[in-house]
Amino acid sequence: MATNILICGVGGQGIVLTSKLIAAAAMESGMPVMSAETIGMAQKGGSVFSFLRVGEGLHCPMFAQGQADILIAFEPAEAVRMLPYLKKGGRIIVNTHAIMPVTATLQGSDYTGTEMLEYLKKQECELTLIDGTKACEEIGSPRALNMIMLGQAVRSGVLPFTVGEIEEVMKKTVKPQFVEMNSKALNYGDTK
Amino acid sequence: MHKEFLMGNAAIARGAVAAGLNCVSGYPGTPSTEVLETCAKINDGSLYVEWSVNEKAALEVGAGAAYSGARAMVTMKQVGLNVASDPLMSLAYIGVKGGMVILVADDPGPISSQTEQDTRTFAMYSKLPCFDPSSVQEAYDMIQKAFEYSEKYHTPVLFRPTTRVCHGYASVEVKDENEYSVNKPEGFVRDPSKWVIFPRLSFRAHTEIEKRNTELSEIFSESGLNPVSGENGQMIGVVTHGISYAYTMEALSTLGADMPVLKVGTPFPFPEQAAVGFLKGKQEVLCIEELDPVIERGLTFVCGKYGLSTKIYGKLTGHIPAAGENTVASVMKVIADFGKLALPETASPETPPALPVRPPVLCAGCPHRASFFAVKTAMQGQKSVFCGDIGCYTLGNAMPLDMVDTCLCMGAGVNIAQGIGRFDPDTTCFSFVGDSTFFASAITGAVNAVYNQADMTLVILDNSTTAMTGHQPHPGTGKTMMGDIVEKIDITAVLKGVGVKTVETVDPLNLKAAVECVKRVSAEKGVKAIIFKSPCAVLIKPEKPAHIDEDKCRNCKRCVKLLGCPGIVMKDGRPFIENSLCTGCGLCSQVCPFDAIDVKGGVKNGN
Repeated sequence: MATNILICGVGGQGIVLTSKLIAAAAMESGMPVMSAETIGMAQKGGSVFSFLRVGEGLHCPMFAQGQADILIAFEPAEAVRMLPYLKKGGRIIVNTHAIMPVTATLQGSDYTGTEMLEYLKKQECELTLIDGTKACEEIGSPRALNMIMLGQAVRSGVLPFTVGEIEEVMKKTVKPQFVEMNSKALNYGDTK
Repeated sequence: MHKEFLMGNAAIARGAVAAGLNCVSGYPGTPSTEVLETCAKINDGSLYVEWSVNEKAALEVGAGAAYSGARAMVTMKQVGLNVASDPLMSLAYIGVKGGMVILVADDPGPISSQTEQDTRTFAMYSKLPCFDPSSVQEAYDMIQKAFEYSEKYHTPVLFRPTTRVCHGYASVEVKDENEYSVNKPEGFVRDPSKWVIFPRLSFRAHTEIEKRNTELSEIFSESGLNPVSGENGQMIGVVTHGISYAYTMEALSTLGADMPVLKVGTPFPFPEQAAVGFLKGKQEVLCIEELDPVIERGLTFVCGKYGLSTKIYGKLTGHIPAAGENTVASVMKVIADFGKLALPETASPETPPALPVRPPVLCAGCPHRASFFAVKTAMQGQKSVFCGDIGCYTLGNAMPLDMVDTCLCMGAGVNIAQGIGRFDPDTTCFSFVGDSTFFASAITGAVNAVYNQADMTLVILDNSTTAMTGHQPHPGTGKTMMGDIVEKIDITAVLKGVGVKTVETVDPLNLKAAVECVKRVSAEKGVKAIIFKSPCAVLIKPEKPAHIDEDKCRNCKRCVKLLGCPGIVMKDGRPFIENSLCTGCGLCSQVCPFDAIDVKGGVKNGN
């Protein structure tokens, strides 16, 4: 059986690297893996997603609605946008910090993300809210968000890896000067 | 063999290199770009790699290499093949010596293209064999076969993955370096009866091509490139291709259904015998395709030719949408309807709150925003037309800039402006073109406009890169894909050389100077040019972000309403600089009437 993972957010939040680390961890464990993501036109400021599947019997990187085991959402409205892909009772890790698109700014919209979070709370799912902005401040880097989200996702137990395994592949992937910050981020909020 | 996690485009590049590739040329275009980039990245020095000035040049470089016995690959997106079609149609008649694969990435949707054209149809039109991979692994394996067929039959072949294969990632089985083929090109052997196209040669070649294609149809049927899966003794079946094959298998597995599936990996020449074998005994067959109904037409033809009574369903019968991408869900639905299977239950939660839309926008600090704003400001109150072109700056059409009146294809803006000017003489005509697009296909347009006495302003948006596709070098950047630093081709010199008398260069981030320049230059008669020169915001180290002085800001929101910069958001009803996005370009400080925006870097207030 495969684990179906959907990572979503807004361009520039580090979603692609998150997806690459999960894939690299799967390769390390000898598990088949496939992924697909938005590339190109919508790089900056657009909605970005990455479908990722780990396990046996995979035909294609994308899956249909209602099939994701976990939704890792870097932005509240993006979580709601991709929610139809989550299976019943699936896990959502969501960053509570909303990003207002420029079109909304122009139209004087008052989008804050609160209404999205309220909607998510009403769904049949395991919901974890992360204050990503606060977490990044505590770690001391706005670039820590993706590893904070990934650490939380791994600790939820849905992904077939441990934080230690992810940490090992992270060390091989990022530049040496960022290893410490990313390690801190992966372990952020670990109460053990 | 060993396993690696690769993007489809990287797998294609790796497969081509494993097949003994000697030369790769191309022009960037989503979703094809990473093929050539990967070749350059893994080049050990034995491979010749170039970003050509456009697809026609790339194809001609590849043809010359293949004439010399080199194995050549040419890369482009589907609309790039239109540009390369002139040499392609003739090369089909001339043929090649070394294997030559023309990689053309199609874009169902379309996600980032002007058209939903299908390279399989182009294959039929140009009479060239075509390969259509359905997965990253198959792309790796199939490109090697494509080189074999090309070399064996002395013909260029088309290889056409679609976006989801190009940009999909998978763990794939790849060759170790000691398993690679090595090809030593012999060099060009002079033979005018072979390499010089003349009507007599073309007549002979045409006959031979048709004969070869009939033969290839038979060979492809037996090749294993058009396999059947599932229990084949049923009255119904599915015929599909490319990523839709992957969706089909995924859907069948979710539905828990067994249905025979024929995957067409070689859409041209159509594998007739494989199709006949599959259709025999079947009452109904569903074709699941993206773009054109190529397989559906092929099967319908086969039914007529061989007197089969199988009913063929697909796009032509309304079972599959005529336009757009297929998805796992859409394919699951048509298969469930076709096979009278039950769809898995899906939850129907309450309607979510209205979601913010996130259309692609020019980046914070993008110099194109400043260029468009300068022209808009200069031309306020005057009747003008703004002809756009292909690149990031097409996004200048969005509100509040609203500065793109036309956009057709690469380089078209120059002569569209010329044409409009002929029939709307009171209008001041502008055409906007990026530096890479200028070199690709606007130089001939400029020559045409000058020669034919047009009255227009050619605006070059020079950010010194090919930004939209991920920052590839071009003739104006002075860097090549072989890592050489070469002399830059100077846009001003080119324009002066073709007879444009006035060519002014200005920094668009210096708003006052830019506006004055536009007013001055556009008032002249004839063809004149403005080069807005400022590097792509993604490539430069950002300056310190701008700061809004809350005491001075009177909340007029001009900065927000005039520029539409993602770096300025509304917070608690007031404009607020998003520090993580702001590059400190300083444009907003120049439009603020109250001098409330402070910026350290950039050009403040035109000084």
